[in-house]
Order: sequence, then structure tokens, then C-alpha cells
Amino acid sequence: MAVPDKTASPPSGAEPAAASDVTAKAPGTEHTPYARPPADRAADRRERARRWRASWRRRETRAAYGFLSPWIFGFVVLTAGPMLATLYLSFTDYDGITAPQGVGTANYQQLFEDPDVAKSLMNTLLFTVLRVPLSMAIALALAVLLVRVGRATGLFRTLFYLPVMTPSVAVGILFLLLFNGNVGLINTVLGFAGVDGPSWTTDGDWIKPGLVLTQLWSVGSTVIIYLAALKNVPQDLYEAAEIDGVGRWQAFVHVTLPQISGALFFTLIVNTIASLQTFTEAYTAFFGSANSQTYGNDAALFYVVHLFQQAFQYMHLGYASALAWLLFLVILVITLLQAKFSKRFVYYEGDQP
Amino acid sequence: MAAPPGRTRRAACTLAAVLGLLPVSACGGVSAAGSSGTFITMGFGLGDAIATSRVDDARKALDGVELQVNEGAFDEQQFLSAVAAGDPPDVVNMDRTLVGGYAARGALLPLTDCLRREDIDLEKYQPSAIEEATLDGAVYAMPDSFDNRILLMDASVLRKAGHSPSDVDTSDWKGLRRLTAELQERQGRKLTRIGFDPKIPEFFPLWVKANGGSLISDDGRTARLDSPRVVEALSYASRLIEVQGGWGKFKALRDSFDQFGRANQIAEHQVGAYPMEDWYLSVLGDTSPEVDLGSGYFKDRDGEPVNYVSGTGWAIPKGSRHVKEACAFIESMTSTRSWVKAAKTKAKEVRGNDAYYTGDFSGNREADRIIESEVWKPTGEKSFDEATRRLYDIQESGFAVPANAAGTEFKQAWQNACNRVLSGEQTPRQALEQAQREAQSALDIANQGRK
Repeated sequence: MAVPDKTASPPSGAEPAAASDVTAKAPGTEHTPYARPPADRAADRRERARRWRASWRRRETRAAYGFLSPWIFGFVVLTAGPMLATLYLSFTDYDGITAPQGVGTANYQQLFEDPDVAKSLMNTLLFTVLRVPLSMAIALALAVLLVRVGRATGLFRTLFYLPVMTPSVAVGILFLLLFNGNVGLINTVLGFAGVDGPSWTTDGDWIKPGLVLTQLWSVGSTVIIYLAALKNVPQDLYEAAEIDGVGRWQAFVHVTLPQISGALFFTLIVNTIASLQTFTEAYTAFFGSANSQTYGNDAALFYVVHLFQQAFQYMHLGYASALAWLLFLVILVITLLQAKFSKRFVYYEGDQP
Repeated sequence: MAAPPGRTRRAACTLAAVLGLLPVSACGGVSAAGSSGTFITMGFGLGDAIATSRVDDARKALDGVELQVNEGAFDEQQFLSAVAAGDPPDVVNMDRTLVGGYAARGALLPLTDCLRREDIDLEKYQPSAIEEATLDGAVYAMPDSFDNRILLMDASVLRKAGHSPSDVDTSDWKGLRRLTAELQERQGRKLTRIGFDPKIPEFFPLWVKANGGSLISDDGRTARLDSPRVVEALSYASRLIEVQGGWGKFKALRDSFDQFGRANQIAEHQVGAYPMEDWYLSVLGDTSPEVDLGSGYFKDRDGEPVNYVSGTGWAIPKGSRHVKEACAFIESMTSTRSWVKAAKTKAKEVRGNDAYYTGDFSGNREADRIIESEVWKPTGEKSFDEATRRLYDIQESGFAVPANAAGTEFKQAWQNACNRVLSGEQTPRQALEQAQREAQSALDIANQGRK
């Protein structure tokens, strides 16, 4: 996660030091800024280790680690610990009641035999491909409108952010009510326009689009990030563009977009990861209760839903751990690819030679 | 979605840890048991007099140990994590179809000693309810309810179409399909009334039984999901939905029913006829006693009534700290005296509200006979009384899907198969062949290491 973390800092707040670190990682080079002979590299490592130890004599260093300690504790106990535990469990047969029994790589082999793995992965990828670009486009459009609002910005910011506060479980239930094909509000409104709306909640082809539309409800946090980025675009760039006789659209494409590309990239990564892990709304609507489970629909079987069922309903905790590691790898690969391809498109202040 | 939800939760947990609160915070898992002096139940709600009256009686059987009823429906994840953490409730009420799966994993204690100590006579209980909770000869749960299924109808809908309730005959599959098409109603492309609702996936075992088949062998070890009679049953039942415009419209209309309100589907003429659990008669008697109700038996293809029953049962989780008290609690909850007393209290309450008391079905045959002859009285509304009589008549022809070690996984396999057919993804044969593979593999895995 080193790559997204670095780019995660807001574009304007990027310190020169951090930014130059990114520049140093030009394609082709590994982790050290300059290619050196191995002996030199070893010496370099020793030197850095010495400096690191020496730094502990400084009060600031100790204070820094003191402030970091809650996070370090949380990371070790609540993230790294459980991750290592699932790595161990993924090589066992464990039902939560009797002690785990080693089964070698059987759980990983089962990943390829279980048809629901491919199905749920495809569902999840399709959902992500639909949701991420759409939510980014809508968030950007809203932010562009919002940045022009003069006096009541605070009010609008709050209003746009409010839906994010709605519990996801409630959103899942709302989905069933609003999108009911017969009496739902969405189809009623479509009916006014003479459109015969689809069976959003039962037709496999429409379930994912329906869920995507429902989740746009919580686009507010992305809007806030874009808004902050837009406010940081230097006005003189627009003035310069105007003097050059550039139209509004052209200015948007050639000034605004590059200037906020850091924020766009950050939300791309974060929204992609969140979409790949999507769970609550689909689970609540289609799998949450014994009653809804009766009508479970394969089109809403997202990867984490499948994982959850295997773990906590069928009690195959070992297999579910293997599923979790597969998802981790999928997300890692997708994130790395995004990071690689976006280098060309993302602009950081202080990044220039 | 700026911060993934996981991050927020982690942050909250970290904060709790820093404050030294982790041991008592919810982050550590679900804790079911309280102090050792408290007797805790899970999966049981105190919804009506039937529940409260029996719980009051059972409290006295606990010998001074304090009773804590953790209300709410049984939740598999909550139960599993409580058992895994060595912190289970003392007694649990769960759907009987799940009992086999938990029993096979050793999460439940066999009630053999318990039945002997409390001198419980299994003969008094409905055989199908006991079988549903019996694995390899040991009983793991005692029935707490016995939900029967009969046909409920909107007699006015039938009359308008020139029919009478006796015309709804599930043994005549051709005729039923014709009637279904006749009774349905559409406005434009919208379905506004379901002619006949086969209630699949949930009542699919009923259709299989009516077609002379079964989902699983009697010993609960061999799935029969792809056998010809099962495939035929699914083909027929799903076609009943197809002739009414398909699953999308059908389910959307069904989801919009105000099932527990005054404007329910029968009062609003949104359904012609359908098989339904007995408790719904009581709901109708309470919310809309004025409906024009019709009833009938669900008949198999030979014309004999079949009654698919289900319900919950009381079981003792492994690790229960009060096994002796749990036995006494279960004895009391399922006893004849307790049920009769509770039914009397409920009947009085219901009649006090000017609603119809339509009987209670406990799984305890002795109790049911007394409730039928002493507590239940004709309401004066012929249609409701007729339905109640039918429910008492078909008690003995009840059947349930045999218990099996794959429990919820087995159930999910055939339910998902129905859903795949309804959503047009697969043909009945394809869906059930896939379900058969899934179910058999789950059964084999669950039965590994068992005799």
C-alpha cells in the first residue's frame, strides 16, 4: 500500500520533500534513488540503520513514536494480527467449534473448483466498473457546481455530506422499497414519464445497476474532496487561460483536471477498493435475514458476501480465509496497476524539474 | 465513500484500546453469557401471551437462577461466534432445519440424558418435529412450534371468476394452471393480482412431496435434488409464476403486500389463492376479520392432503453453563400444562380485542388436543372456523425435510436452485443438477469422520 498512501496526501498539501520522493521513483529504478553497486547498497543500509538507532536519542523522535503508538498498536493488533491469523487458517479446515486441522493447500485449490468464486468476482468487478467512474463523474459535476456557490457553501457542503451518514443497512432496505418494480418510487416516477421501469430488485440484469444507483446516495464524501481540490486551483491559471482566449470547457480540461488530478487519483483508488469490498447493501437486501435469503439472487452475490456466507453461515472459516487472501491479492494487483498507469496523468505540485 | 468503513471501525477500536476499554468494548466479539448466575436464552422473543406465559412458568423451573431472555430472531453468526468463544447461551431456540448441521459439528448437546432426567415422553410430540431434530438416533431439539400449511383463498375473487373455493385443487396440475391464469389480474404490463402463488422457493418441499418425491434420503445422507420428481415439481411450480408474467413482476407485487396490516393481500384482493402457514390465519383474525376467506387442503397428485410443517426447537449449546437448568427449562416450555395455560391466556387476550382466536399448534400433541377441545371455540365466523378445523385435521399428515448434517447449506442449495430458475438463469434440470452437486458435496464434507 506504499504507493497509494504517498499519493493520498491532498494535492496542495504535498510537501516538497514527499513530492520529490515520488519523483525519485522514476520508472526503471527500484527503491533506492540511484542504482549503485551491491556493496555500496549494503553499506548504505547499515548507515541508515545506524542513523535510525541514533535518532532515538532525540526527544522529537520518541515523541513522534509516542503519538504514533495508538495507530501502531491498532495496526498490529487489529490488522496485521488478524491477517496473519487468516493466513494460518487458510491452510486449515476450521469450523469455529473444533480445533483447526491442517489441510495444506486444499482451500486454495477449492478456489478454482468453486463456481461461485468466479461468479462473485465477476459480479464484483462489473459492479466496480459501473460504480467507480459514475460516482466520480457525478461527484465532480456536483463539486464544480458547488464551488460556484457563493454564500451558502457551508450549508450545501453539509447537505451533500448528510446522506453519507445514513447507515448502509438502512440503504439496503431502502433499495428494496424505492426500487420495487411494481410500487417503488423510482418506477412510479419513471411511469410519469411514460417509461415502464424494469424489475430492479428481481431481474438479474438490473440488480447491479440498481445497487450502483443506490450507492450514489453516498457520493458526498467524494464531493467534499473534489471541492477542496477545486478551491486550490490557482486563479491566475484561469486568468492566463482567459487571456489566451480559451473557452470554459477547454479551461476545465486543460487547467482544472490536471490541477485536481491528485484528488481524482486518490478517490479512484479509495472508491475502487471500497467497491471491490462492497457488502452491506447487497447483503442486507438479499442475504441478511432468513427471509431475504430465501430469495437470494445470484446477481447480487458479491465476493465479500460469498466470503461471509462461507465463514459465518456455513462455518468454513478456513476456506473463507483463503477467499480473503485472494481478494487481498486482487485488490493489490488492481491498485498497483492503477498506480502505474496513473503516473502519466497525475500532476503534483512541486513535481516539476 | 472517502474512508473505507473498515478504517473507521479500526480507528474506533484503536481508540477504545488506548482508553483501556478493549476488554469491555464490543470490538472483541459477541458475548452471550453474562455472570454465571444468570440463565440466558437466545433466539426467542416475547411477542405474545403464548411466549410470556410459558416463560413465566419456565422461570419457576430454574430453581432460583435468574432468567435473561435475549430477544430477537436466531442469528447464525451470533450463535457461532458465541459458541466458538466458549461463551454460548444456556439454551437456544432455532429453526429445526438448522439443528442437524450444528449437531453434526458438535455445537449442540444431545438431549438423551435430559429427556430421561426430566421424564419427557417423546410419544407426546409430533413425530415429524422430532425427526427433524434427530441426527443418528439422538434428539437434539424439542419442538417449540409446529407451523402447518393449508390453502388460503380470497373467496370473493373466486366467486367473481365463477368459481368456488373447492375449485382450487392442487392435485389437478393442469386445472390449477388454468385457474391461475384465470384469477390473475393485470393493468397494462403490471401485475395487480396473483392468481395462485405456489410460494416457491420457501414451500418447494411441499411441491416435491405432492409430486411423490423427496429432497433427501430418509437417513439424511444422500441428496435427491436432481431426481425426476423433484425436477418435475420445480418445472411445474415455476411455470405457474411464468404464466402470471414472470418472477420480476410477481415478486415485486408480493413484496408490496401489507402482510400484517389491515390492507393485507386478502383484504385488498391481491391474491386469489395460495398455500400459507397457520399463523397467518391468526393474523387475519386479528387485523381483518371481515375478509371473505376461503380455505382448503393442499393435496398431492393422488388427491390426499399433504402438510409441510416447519418450526423452531429448543436446544442446548455445547458449553452451556446450566445444562441441568436448561433441561428443566425445555421441559417446562414444551410441557402440556404450560402450553394449555398459555393458550388460555392468549385466547382471552385475543377475544378481549374482538379478534378471532384460531387455535395454537405446539408440536405437543397432547397439548394441542386439549387446546382444540377446551380452549378453542367456534368464533361464529364460518370461514375462519372451517380453516381452523382443517388445520387440526391435517396435523397428523405433517411431514418435514429429514435432518441432515449440512443444515443450512443443504437448504440454501435447493433454494438457490429455485431462484436461478425463477430469474431465468437456468432450466429446472440444470439448476437442480448444480444444486445436487453442491448439496452432496456439503453433505459429504459434513459427514466426514462421522460413522
